Amino acid sequence: MEMKTQTLLKKLSRRNEPYIFLVLLALCLLIEVRSGQFFSSNNLVDIASALIVPGLFAIGAFMVIVSGGIDVSFPALASLSVYATTKYLLDTNYQGGVWVAIVMALAIGAVLGAFNGLFIGYFKLPALIVTLGSSSVFKGIMQGALNSKQLTTIPVGMREWGTSSLFIAKNPVSGLTSRMPVASLAFVIVLALVFLMLRYTMFGRGIYAIGGSEASAHRAGFGVVKTKFIMYIMVGMIASLAGVIRVCMMQQAHPTNMLGMEMNIIAGVVLGGTAITGGRGTLLGCMLGTLLIVIVENSLILLGVPTSWKSVFTGALIIIGTGVSAYQVIRMNSTRKIKAKIQEVV
Amino acid sequence: MAESLLKAVDIYKSFVGVQALKKVNFEIKPGEIHCLAGENGSGKSTLIKIISGVYSPDDGHMEFDGKSYSKITPIEAIKNGIQVIYQDFSVFPNLTVMENLAFNSELADRRHLVNWKRMREIAEEAVAKIDFKVDLDALVGNLTVAEKQMIAISRALMFNTKLIIMDEPTTALTKKEVRNLFNIILKLKERGIAILFVSHKLNEVFEISENFTILRSGELVATGSTSELDAKKFSYYMTGRDFQQRHFVPVNLSENPIFEARGVGMGGRFTDVSFAVHRGEILGITGLLDSGRTELALSIFGIKPIETGQFLVDGNPVRISSPQVAIGNNIGYVPEDRLSEGLFLSQSIADNIVISEIDRLVKSAGILDKKKRSAEIDKWVNELAIATPDPNNACQTLSGGNQQRIVLAKWLACNLDVLVLNGPTVGVDIGSKHDIHGILQQLAKEGLGLIIISDDLPEVLENCSRVLVMKAGRIVADMNAGETDEKTILSYML
Repeated sequence: MEMKTQTLLKKLSRRNEPYIFLVLLALCLLIEVRSGQFFSSNNLVDIASALIVPGLFAIGAFMVIVSGGIDVSFPALASLSVYATTKYLLDTNYQGGVWVAIVMALAIGAVLGAFNGLFIGYFKLPALIVTLGSSSVFKGIMQGALNSKQLTTIPVGMREWGTSSLFIAKNPVSGLTSRMPVASLAFVIVLALVFLMLRYTMFGRGIYAIGGSEASAHRAGFGVVKTKFIMYIMVGMIASLAGVIRVCMMQQAHPTNMLGMEMNIIAGVVLGGTAITGGRGTLLGCMLGTLLIVIVENSLILLGVPTSWKSVFTGALIIIGTGVSAYQVIRMNSTRKIKAKIQEVV
Repeated sequence: MAESLLKAVDIYKSFVGVQALKKVNFEIKPGEIHCLAGENGSGKSTLIKIISGVYSPDDGHMEFDGKSYSKITPIEAIKNGIQVIYQDFSVFPNLTVMENLAFNSELADRRHLVNWKRMREIAEEAVAKIDFKVDLDALVGNLTVAEKQMIAISRALMFNTKLIIMDEPTTALTKKEVRNLFNIILKLKERGIAILFVSHKLNEVFEISENFTILRSGELVATGSTSELDAKKFSYYMTGRDFQQRHFVPVNLSENPIFEARGVGMGGRFTDVSFAVHRGEILGITGLLDSGRTELALSIFGIKPIETGQFLVDGNPVRISSPQVAIGNNIGYVPEDRLSEGLFLSQSIADNIVISEIDRLVKSAGILDKKKRSAEIDKWVNELAIATPDPNNACQTLSGGNQQRIVLAKWLACNLDVLVLNGPTVGVDIGSKHDIHGILQQLAKEGLGLIIISDDLPEVLENCSRVLVMKAGRIVADMNAGETDEKTILSYML
């Protein structure tokens, strides 16, 4: 039994999730001690609702990174699909529920994702180059063809969905209230589906396998090209869903508002222990990393750190966080080498 | 047993004008261990790919178990019981042993959902076939090379396998691991599984295989029983050339040593090592992997500076604290792993040759002198007979032997006094090995002092004038190469 706990501890110490969890906990406690406001019910609900959009983006970015790729186009992709959807529904003066908006954005997202998947999967071009390019293309379509301006009103269905809440938390001390949006359910559902897919389908294991060794995956019989293609379609759809939720929650469609989010999202994914080289990482770690970034972005103000210093903190966190995991890899490699040496001598 | 398992008859294959295989015949029987040998570019990998269905032949046909095929697909090959174990073992380093073992059969059964319990059962069954003890939940990336190979073998055995093709299976293994592998191969043979071994290592061919086939430039040059093969015939078949052993005899030895070590030591890896190298001499240093030979080489070149004792260059004490100091004293180093340490593989052959003398190829304003550069490149490509259509091609397009010549060219372009070579012909085929030895001996005759660090004893005996044997960080023997033999050296090494 003791042996078992020992090996378990050893295994845990090699993973990233426990570290990131401890850092997260320390940060929360620090904020709580300094402000007394962190663990108040409304703050927790605020953080949870702030996690929805970055969380969805992170799920998509996570899948791509695990497969050995990288996607920097998802904010532009999400912006384009949600902007096109909103504009079309406004122009046709659509009065129905939010479902049409969601389905339409998902469909556009699938097409745009397929565009990435076509070049990365079938034409075997490097993912970074393709998504840098498609990011520009998506932005261009938005500005050129759709003549994008800020849409200050959105269709009624979207507006109602964005303001409807699961429950409302009230801070007994300050009297402030926070809503838990219904959209949080969409996030939870996507998270659960992707988790099950990655763990219990050959398609999901194929994403890991491709990230580990594309040549081996091909020889083992995985459909490498098809897997990548379908995965980029999924990522496009998940990002578009995030876009719809963002617009509904903000009650307006801003064409450039999401652009530039990709770096913090990718940082959160990597911070959560996902290997940037592909093949390694867990959805749990990915969510912890994203949560850490969200808390730093939203709660530093409670620590008394001026918002203008926020990016410095986020940057430092990324360097330290990714540094720790890089150091771990080095340490693991060196013990492996020593082991090999010992075997050689024996 | 007379019935053959696989027969390839009159196979032709060409790639964009290059004839890779010309009328090649090949046959293997159940339970036969067969070695397919040939230098780089001889067509052995093309033949394997035709047998395993990756390429289809231009002409000729194959027979499996009596059935005739003009070409087959990879799936048909697997259904016929053919499995290929590639040099990289086709593993997923990021996944567990269990998944690595179970994926192939799960995918072959066209399953879409993962049942972890079934995966574990499949994996347990697979490792049981060769009594391979391994933690199924360990990550494959954390295993040794030999363990990864065992995974590839157990995985290959899951498909009613009749023939396993192994591509250079012993390359990265230690002697003990090779022994282990051979034991497993013999067990597979007992079960009637045929093994096709691709190798160009002579001792392996002799030890394990019953029959051999040797290809050269896409043609079958010899096939038959290994018992009728000897070292001389083997190298003749491989290269088409007759080699006479040329024991190196130093001429024009300088009176004073060009390089000397006096009682040097470094962090417990080696202690109190003293030796001297004269111009015109080739000094061999040999020993086991942990004897300190590699560390000594790194110290001479300043990568791991010595802590005690001193080095003398041309009689003057020099503190070699970095590779720059070593180069400044005209000392060059050809590393053990030339691929990762000695070459910029993705850069052109030309750039690799001139990189260490680039400072001397500039005009007054610090701009590269293109004429000088191309003159220098032409000179070395010709002098070392580097086989390339265009020096602007990337280094990785070359064979191991030619890559090694580029590493040499890079240093010779610097007008060295002393050149240290660590394992100069590791992974190089016979013909190139012979050529490189010729070049080294010629260099010594021209007045260079050479130090060869190698555990390839025939190489040391053939090329060195003196041999030092290291053991546990100390020099335990200092002999004239002409007065000793492999047995004596081995007795000092162990």
